[in-house]
Amino acid sequence: MSDSIKLHYTVSPDDFTRAGEASGDVKSKLKKMGVSPEAVRKVAIAMYEGEINMVIHAEGGEIDVEISEDDITMILADKGPGIADIEQAMQAGWSTAPDNIRSLGFGAGMGLPNMKKYSDDMHIETEIGVGTTVTMKVNM
Amino acid sequence: MKFNHSVHLDKDKCMGCINCIKRCPTQAIRVRNGKAAIIPEFCIDCGECIRICPHHAKLATYDPLSVMDDYKYKIALPAPSLYAQFNNLDDINIVLRALLKMGFDDVYEVSSAAELVSELSRKYIEDNMEKRPFISSACPSVVRLISVRFPNLIEHILPISAPVDIAASEARKRAIEKTGLPSEDIGVIFISPCPAKVTALSDPLGYEKSEVDAVVAIKDIYPVLLSHMKNSIDDEEDMLTSGKIGISWGRSGGEAGGLLIDSYLAADGIENVIKVLEDLEDQKFTNLDFIELNACSGGCVGGTLTVENAYVAKAKLNRLRKYQPVSRSHLDGKQLDKPYFEKEIEYTPVFRLGKSMKDSIAAMAKVSALLDKFPGLDCGSCGAPTCRALAEDIVCGRAHERDCIYLLRDYIHRISRQFSNLDSLSGIGGDYNDDYYGDDYIDDYSTDYVDDYNNPNESDYNKY
Repeated sequence: MSDSIKLHYTVSPDDFTRAGEASGDVKSKLKKMGVSPEAVRKVAIAMYEGEINMVIHAEGGEIDVEISEDDITMILADKGPGIADIEQAMQAGWSTAPDNIRSLGFGAGMGLPNMKKYSDDMHIETEIGVGTTVTMKVNM
Repeated sequence: MKFNHSVHLDKDKCMGCINCIKRCPTQAIRVRNGKAAIIPEFCIDCGECIRICPHHAKLATYDPLSVMDDYKYKIALPAPSLYAQFNNLDDINIVLRALLKMGFDDVYEVSSAAELVSELSRKYIEDNMEKRPFISSACPSVVRLISVRFPNLIEHILPISAPVDIAASEARKRAIEKTGLPSEDIGVIFISPCPAKVTALSDPLGYEKSEVDAVVAIKDIYPVLLSHMKNSIDDEEDMLTSGKIGISWGRSGGEAGGLLIDSYLAADGIENVIKVLEDLEDQKFTNLDFIELNACSGGCVGGTLTVENAYVAKAKLNRLRKYQPVSRSHLDGKQLDKPYFEKEIEYTPVFRLGKSMKDSIAAMAKVSALLDKFPGLDCGSCGAPTCRALAEDIVCGRAHERDCIYLLRDYIHRISRQFSNLDSLSGIGGDYNDDYYGDDYIDDYSTDYVDDYNNPNESDYNKY
């Protein structure tokens, strides 16, 4: 008997219509597992923001989710440009999204702040030109 | 909480096909023993199965017109969608007068109450902007859907009574004042485009008891009304108590339009409604004040108890409202009996894989293991709408993996191979009997058994 559920998703680049599929799938599974509405909401919002970020900035990437009795861990890894200044990127309203993305209603500079807000623990590893890995945890 | 429903099955007509299980937006139907069965907790009374069933085996529950005979004083509560059913109608008064001619003692337009609801809503939204976006509470199927599946959105439901409920209590009050009859002699009869209200009567969400006594179908009253309408054309009496806002409630966008705000969204059709709710839950859109959701395509004119094509009906409503004032009914300081919800809507989770998180994790692992074995065709032949639904049913002990015809085929091939390989041995098939579909088959093939089946070995095969 396993102690956790491991899920893996590949986020495809430049496809806004599919962004949210991974977080939607996780949300539906968490609801079926009886996770509290509050935790479901936090995971859904934080992960969706992360997914969108991968589409906008990093040509997609890979997401690993682990659901255990105590928490839900999301690891979002991309091979994008990296984040030059994490502190700046964490400020609400700061965005490097190009105009064509903003015209779609994205790029309001709320991605990382929302990910931080809705996760109980967030950790970013990033290297310019190599990629970014965001690890988020939501407690049950 | 009980789950009463306004959809039922005519077993003789049901062929056990997969049309309804594939169409049901909440995956509430399974075909078991050759007949469709509704899982009551999952059903939201949206009526999709009634629309899709090619054998007309799915029936809506509502009252016959003869229910009028049960009351001394009968009040008709026509839904605005009723007005959209008739060809070349240019004066709603003709319909209202015909209702009296066919035997009703009074008429209280639901569209009139709708104008009061619009007025209340405008004020409520203005006073509670911090709780926006507000989600319309007028469609009972939508409210039920949110209560079972979108716990995080319950707080956004506009806690104002539906027009039909306000119409019912106001109409009853008026009748008691006018006639002096006891309440039980007064029949408040809703002429409805949809059966969801029937469920809402026996199992209301947001209030203790509905004031509506009976629900009759627009399609039943339509032919009776037509004959009386011919004799109502030349009458002069002006009975109309609603204007543009109230009449427009009969179609998608009407309720939102009545709020006189710009920042709203109106979605209709249950699949679209679910998509909006999912996105709303994920905060994919913000800055909206109001979200109008109707389970039926086109809004109430698309209900399963209507006669006219939903979109033709929508066009007719638009024509009918054209020369009307914005509204004819106003609160004018009048106090309504039950303008707001009397009780909070509670989250009623209807499905979870395990009792504890630990159980759920184990169950989810089993579901994944089963999905790896299934063909992934979502063919429905097992009686469940998708392979995943079957896997969940199996893990919850409600089905067996050999309900999957592909796994059954493999199993039969294996058995027959064993027979041909071992035909020199006698009695090899002795333990296998025809009880497979017997009453106790769920017990026999519990989830523990699934594990055994996942790891077949020689001794397992010897069981057969």
